[in-house]
Amino acid sequence: MEEFIHSRFNYWIYVILMMIGLWGMISKNNLIKKLIGMSIFQTAIILFYVSIAVKSETANIPILPHHGHDFSPKVALAHADSPYHEEDHGDHNGHHTHVETPKVPDPDGYANPLPHVLMLTAIVVGVATLGLALAITQKIYREYGTLEEDELLEKVRADDHD
Amino acid sequence: MKKLSGIIVLIVGLLLLYGVSDPDDFPSWGTPDSPANKSPVSQYFITDTIVDTEVPNMVTAVLADYRGYDTMFETVVIFVAGLGIFSVVRVFGHSGSGRVVTADTKPDMIITNTCRLLIPVIQLFALYVLAHGHSSPGGGFQGGVILGASFILVALAWDLDTALKRFSEKQAIICAGIGILIYAGFGLASVFLGEEFLNYGIIHRILPGVDSPEMARYYGMLGVEIGVMFTVASVMFLIYGLLATRGRMTGGL
Amino acid sequence: MIEHAPVLLMVVPLFAAVFCALLGLRWKVVCLPLTIIGLGGALYFTIIAFLQVSASPDHQISYFLGGWNASDFPRGVGIEYRVDLLNGMVLIVIAAVALLVAIFSKQFVPRETPGKEPQYYALFLLLAVGLMGMTITADAFNLYVLLEVSSLTSYALIAMGSRRASVAAFQYIIMGTIGASFYLLGVGYLYIKTGSLNMQGIHDTLIGEGLHDSPAVYVAFLLIFVGVWIKLAFFPLSAWLPNAYSRAPTATGCIIAPLMTKVSVYIMLRIMLTVFGPEYVYGELSWAGPMVWVAVVAIIAGSILALGQKDLRRMLTYLIIAEVGYMVGGAWLLAPGGMARGESLYSTATGLVGTGYHIISDAAMTLCLFLAVGAMIVKAGSSRIEDMKGLFRKCPVTMACFVVGALAMIGVPPTCGFFSKWYLISGAFEAGRWEFAAALLVSSLVNAVLFFRIIEFAYFGKLPEVDDAHGHHQHHDEGGMEENPPSMLVPLVLASVALIAIGLFNKEIAGYLSQFLNTVAMGGQG
Repeated sequence: MEEFIHSRFNYWIYVILMMIGLWGMISKNNLIKKLIGMSIFQTAIILFYVSIAVKSETANIPILPHHGHDFSPKVALAHADSPYHEEDHGDHNGHHTHVETPKVPDPDGYANPLPHVLMLTAIVVGVATLGLALAITQKIYREYGTLEEDELLEKVRADDHD
Repeated sequence: MKKLSGIIVLIVGLLLLYGVSDPDDFPSWGTPDSPANKSPVSQYFITDTIVDTEVPNMVTAVLADYRGYDTMFETVVIFVAGLGIFSVVRVFGHSGSGRVVTADTKPDMIITNTCRLLIPVIQLFALYVLAHGHSSPGGGFQGGVILGASFILVALAWDLDTALKRFSEKQAIICAGIGILIYAGFGLASVFLGEEFLNYGIIHRILPGVDSPEMARYYGMLGVEIGVMFTVASVMFLIYGLLATRGRMTGGL
Repeated sequence: MIEHAPVLLMVVPLFAAVFCALLGLRWKVVCLPLTIIGLGGALYFTIIAFLQVSASPDHQISYFLGGWNASDFPRGVGIEYRVDLLNGMVLIVIAAVALLVAIFSKQFVPRETPGKEPQYYALFLLLAVGLMGMTITADAFNLYVLLEVSSLTSYALIAMGSRRASVAAFQYIIMGTIGASFYLLGVGYLYIKTGSLNMQGIHDTLIGEGLHDSPAVYVAFLLIFVGVWIKLAFFPLSAWLPNAYSRAPTATGCIIAPLMTKVSVYIMLRIMLTVFGPEYVYGELSWAGPMVWVAVVAIIAGSILALGQKDLRRMLTYLIIAEVGYMVGGAWLLAPGGMARGESLYSTATGLVGTGYHIISDAAMTLCLFLAVGAMIVKAGSSRIEDMKGLFRKCPVTMACFVVGALAMIGVPPTCGFFSKWYLISGAFEAGRWEFAAALLVSSLVNAVLFFRIIEFAYFGKLPEVDDAHGHHQHHDEGGMEENPPSMLVPLVLASVALIAIGLFNKEIAGYLSQFLNTVAMGGQG
C-alpha cells in the first residue's frame, strides 16, 4: 500500500487538487470563490502533465548543455582549435580532439520536452480564461451590486419578468 | 446542492484514481519506460532538435518550430483575452455607477526612485530572456510577461496615467495586433516561397546572411518569439489597466 | 496557393480579424467590410478544399504544418491538418453560416454593442477561425487550443450584451472550462498510454498495442466524452445553454447557436471514429443501450421544456437541446447483436449517416430560425411569443422564411429536416431501437404544436397599435407593411433556400458521408 502511494504520488496529488478545484467551482456561492476553484482545477491538470515528463532522478532538463555545441553538426564542422573551444571550461581532455560526427543526445538523460510545451500553452489559456472571467465578474458587480450567486439568480429572475 | 456536488466530486475523483491505479497499465512516476517517454516522437525531439534547428533548448524548438502552429493560436488566445476584456469591461466617459478611484497621496519618493533604477534593468532582463530562450529556459511568453510587468510597475509606483502617457491604450492594442501579424507573417512568407505554412527552413532565401535551412529555422524561431513578446507584453499591461480601474482607464491603483 | 487551401481558410479570417481590431480603432467603417472579405475568403478556400478532397483518390488530403510530414519524420512531430469528406462539408457550413450572420449583423451590432464594433467583429472572425480550426485539425492538442479560442471568443461575445447576458456568460465560463479541462485530461491519459498526440497515431497505437482492455484508455474515453458532452449541451449537462444563447446579443446568438453545438457533435464523431475507432467504441464498450435511452430522455425533455416557454428565443434553445439528442442518439444506433471486432461499420451506418447529415441540416435550420426570430423581435419590439401578433402583414418575407424554418424543424419534405429524420428513423428501425424512433416522432409533433402556435399568432393576430422606436404613434392600416432592410432579408432568404437545397441534395450528401464511413470501416484511414 505504501509502495502504491509512493510510486504514484504525483497522481494522488493531482487528483486531490483537481477535486478541490471542482468542489470550489460547483458548490461555492461566491463568484470569486468559483474562479479560485477554476484556477486550482486547471493548475492540477498542468501538474499532471508536467509530472509525466519526468524520467528518473538523474535525467536533466530538456536543454542541451553548453549551448549544444557537443551535439551540433554545424559546430562539428568547424575547426577543433578555433577560439571557442578554449573557453570550454567544463570540458577537460575529451573534447579537444577533432569532432567529426557530433554526439547524439541520450534520450534517457533528458526529460520529455513535449508535455512541457503543451503545458506552456495550457498555462496561457488558463490565464486568458481567468482574466476574461474576472472582467465578466467586474461587469456583473457593476450592474447588479452583488457577487453571491443566489442573490444574483433572484435579481436575474426579476429582470426576466418585466 | 452542496451534498450533490460533494457526491459528484467524490465519484469523479474515484474514477480518476481508478484510471491510474492499475500497476501494469499506468506508468509510475518517473519511469523512463512509459510509452510517452519512449515514443518515437519524444525520442525524435531529444535527438534531432539540434540537427534540424541548431537550437539547444528542446522546449523552445518544439514550441516555436515543430508545434509552432499551436503557439500561434496561443498568441491568438492572449489577443482574444485582451480584446475580450476590453470589450466587456471598458466604459467610455463618465457613465456608470461608482466614483473614480484616485490615489490621495503623492507617489512616494523612495519607491519612485528605486523603480527608476530598476525598470530599465527589468526590461533589459526581459529582452535577455527572450533572446536567450534558445539556450536556456525562456522565450517569447516569459520575456513578454516580464516586459509587461515592467510597465505595470510604472503604473504601481507612480500612477496609471503616468504609465498610459508612455504606453497608451491604443498603442497597446496596436502592439498586440502587430505581434500576431509578425507571427502569421512568417508563416505566410513560407507559403509565398512555396513551402507549407510556418516552414521556416525555406526563408533562408530571403533572410540576409543566413545560408542554411537550419539557421533559417533558428532565426525564424527568434522572429516569431519577438512577435509573441509584443502581444503578451501589451496585453498584460492592457489587462492590468482595465481590471484595476474597472474599465475606466484612469485613476486606479 | 490552391494546395495551401487548408491553412489559408484559417489565415485569411485571422488577418481580417487583426486588421479589423487595428484599423477599426481609427476608421469604424472598415469593420464590416473586412469581416465580409475575411469570411468570404474562408468560404472560397473551404469550397476549394472540399473540391480537392472529392477529387483525390482516397478522399482525404493531409497538410502538414511547418513541413514536418509523415514520410520523413515520425508521425506527430508536427501538427497535421486533414480534410476528408465529413469535415469538408462541415467547414463549408461554418464559413457560410458565419458569412450570412455577418451580413445580418449590420443592423444589430451598432445598436446592441455601441462603440465596440471593431472588437465585436474581430472576436466574431476569431470565433469562426476557432470553429474551422476545430473541424480541420488532426491533432488532439491542437483541437484543445482551438476549442479554447472559440470558447473564449464566445464568452466575450455573449458578455458584451445586456446585464443578464453577463451572468449567463459566467455560468457558461464555468461549465465550458470544466468541459475543456476534462477533454485535456483525457488527452493526457491517452498520451501516457500511446505516446502520440496525432489522431491517426493514437489510433494506430491503440490497435497495434492492443490497448483496448486498459482501464486508463477507458477512463480517457470517458473523460473526453464528458468534456465534449458538456460542450454540446447533452442533457443533463445542458443547463448553461438556454441562458447563454437566449440572452446573448442577437448577432452573437445567431452565430453561436447553429455552430458551437454542431461542431462539438462533429468532434464527438471524429473521436469515436478516428481516434478510438469503431471496433473499440462499438465492440468493446457496451454503451449503446443506455446511450440511446439518455438521448431519448434528452429529446423528450428538450421538447417538453420548449413547450412551457414564453420567450421565443428561449424556446428555440430548448429545441437545440432536443436536436442534440437526435445527433448523439443517432451515433449510437447499433444493429442488433452489437458489432464484433472486425465487423464492418455498415451495420451501424444509417444512424451515423443520419447524425452527419443532421449536423449540416440542423446548422441550417437553427440559422434560419434564429435569423428569422431576430428579425421578428426587431419588428415586434419584444421577444415574447404573445407579442408576435400580426407580423405576417408587417413583414411577410421574414415570416415566410420563418415558416420554411418551422417546416424544416417539424420535418416536412422537401426540407432537410424531413430527410435527416428519415435517416435517423431508418437507422433506429435497423437497430431495433423503437424508442428512439418514437421519440423522434413525438418531437416532431411537439415542434408542430409549438410552431403552429406562433404562426397562428403571427398570421391571425391583430396588429397592435404600438409606439415604434421613435415614439411616434403609427396608424397601421390594413395594407401597412414595414419589411426588414435587405441586410437582414438577404441572409434570411438564402438560409431558407439552403434548407430546401440541402433537402433536395440529400442523396449526394448522404453518399459523401457513406464514402467517409467506408474509409473509416477499412480501419485506420478515417
